[in-house]
Amino acid sequence: MTTSAFLTDSTLCIGCKACEVACKEWNGVSSDGLDWSGLSYDNTMALGARTWRHVKFVEGIPEIGKGGNDPAGSPWNFSSDVCKHCEVAGCLEACPTGALVRTEFDSVYLQPDVCNGCAYCVVSCPFGVLERDQEDGRAFKCTFCYDRQKSGLTPACAKVCPTQSIQFGKIDDLRDRAQKRIAELNDRGITDANVWDPVNTSVGGTHAIFIVRGDPKMYNLPPNPQVPTESLRAAWTSAAIAAGFMLAGTLMAFLGAGAKRV
Amino acid sequence: MSELPRIKQEDVPELDREQRLVLIQREAMQFMPSDGSAFPLASPQNGYYQLPMLKKPSWSWEVPLYFFVGGAAGSAGMIGAVAHVTGAPAEVVRDARRIAFAGAILSPALLISDLGRPARFLAMLRVFKPQSPMSVGVYVLMAFSAGATAANLGEWLERHRQFSRIAVFMQNLGDIVALMFGLPLVTYTGVLIGVTVIPAWNKNVALLPAHFAASGMAAAVGLLELMGHESPALQALGTGAALMETGMGISIEANPDPAVEPLKRGTSGWLIRLGGVLSGPVPLVLRAFSFFSKGRRASKLRKYAAVSSVVGSAITRAAWIHAGSVSARQSRPT
Repeated sequence: MTTSAFLTDSTLCIGCKACEVACKEWNGVSSDGLDWSGLSYDNTMALGARTWRHVKFVEGIPEIGKGGNDPAGSPWNFSSDVCKHCEVAGCLEACPTGALVRTEFDSVYLQPDVCNGCAYCVVSCPFGVLERDQEDGRAFKCTFCYDRQKSGLTPACAKVCPTQSIQFGKIDDLRDRAQKRIAELNDRGITDANVWDPVNTSVGGTHAIFIVRGDPKMYNLPPNPQVPTESLRAAWTSAAIAAGFMLAGTLMAFLGAGAKRV
Repeated sequence: MSELPRIKQEDVPELDREQRLVLIQREAMQFMPSDGSAFPLASPQNGYYQLPMLKKPSWSWEVPLYFFVGGAAGSAGMIGAVAHVTGAPAEVVRDARRIAFAGAILSPALLISDLGRPARFLAMLRVFKPQSPMSVGVYVLMAFSAGATAANLGEWLERHRQFSRIAVFMQNLGDIVALMFGLPLVTYTGVLIGVTVIPAWNKNVALLPAHFAASGMAAAVGLLELMGHESPALQALGTGAALMETGMGISIEANPDPAVEPLKRGTSGWLIRLGGVLSGPVPLVLRAFSFFSKGRRASKLRKYAAVSSVVGSAITRAAWIHAGSVSARQSRPT
């Protein structure tokens, strides 16, 4: 059993979207249409049922006299987003059919033949990854190229990445590599690079970590993602108390009414 | 957003074409960055170009309707069982069981309609996951349906003087099952939407099950009253539920958390408010008046209260789902 993971290094990304194309090609994911967003060069906007890799284009305000390669400014950053394959996955806990499973590679895999399209995973993912396909009715997401990993191949997106911005390997190795990369960037004068790796949150770490410049929130990467199962106890406690009140109230009402009749 | 210019007929000869330009301008302004920047920016406050971080719930209209139907049916099943045990008039027991049965038939149909095909419903019955409220809920619904069906079938057999011993046994067993699973059927839908990442729902995770319980009770009592029952027990239950709903409404309005803004502002906020007023204060006042009135006037006022509660309960469920969509749209990374 191996714990495979992605390290997506946005400082190396050139925004070519080869990962998006390779993912669609290999997995046979259909087109999700084209809509001009007006948001930098990003017309895909978010991960979804038909977008399992998504390149984000984070534009900064250009400063006069500072070129694109000036380490002090960061006018334009690209980052390829993907399912985080959480250690404690909200979608996996929520799935009522068992369609979502944990694989031998520690990734979270959605079995489309089992999924019934209840869409509960959609509202259980703290990263907004899962989506119900409007035509098909079922939910879809990144498979972490389970079929390719089974055959000892790297995922399609990592294979085609021309700059090694998407790196695939063991999570511990990648964490080391990320720290080394940050040190290297610091030496070059790029001080705003940081690793997004939410280990000490309720998702308990992810199998996709990111190196980004600037605040990860600009990339819609939440620093404190919360898995919804955290609130199970509070919810069921309230449900139990409410049920108790309902039953007690009804008993009292009918017994009271009965007494009045006599 | 600045004020749009008003156009007067005398200023412009071709009002229609000019009005069209205003429409185009209005549409274009929707895409204007609301943070005052020249072009859209990603920022720590706004996240990635103010695009939602979370996906909105993609349930169709069947799901909120199911929340309402399941809530009313679960409460009715419980009321029927309690009424039976406490020796209430047989008509109340019969009608409560009928509401429960109707809901037990309608609920899976609504869920199947949301899923698209019947086989998809069965996929939920291949595993049981206690950590998933959806999984727990589907088994609760199945058990409740069985109980409600048994109780009704037993009653039908008894009325036709068939297998009288089995008929009584079926009614008793059906009542016990309908009571045991009717209570979670009413409350679990609150757990279901509370235990999600949608901020407006998750921040109310402790309120939602109780809120839906009161709403379900109000709907069941209202339906029974509309079927012509006027026992003081139902009046008391209706008053209690309306009181609870009034309290829920106040606590929603008083919550200062910015994450629950969709419950107070915009269309979703007004829907929540409408549902709350119709299930809380309105029936409360009507019931108070009917309590001090006599004869036909009293029963008329109770009927109005019943209609208000039932409609309020349905609107409440739809409003919560809608507020969840708004909340997801407004979600930013934290």
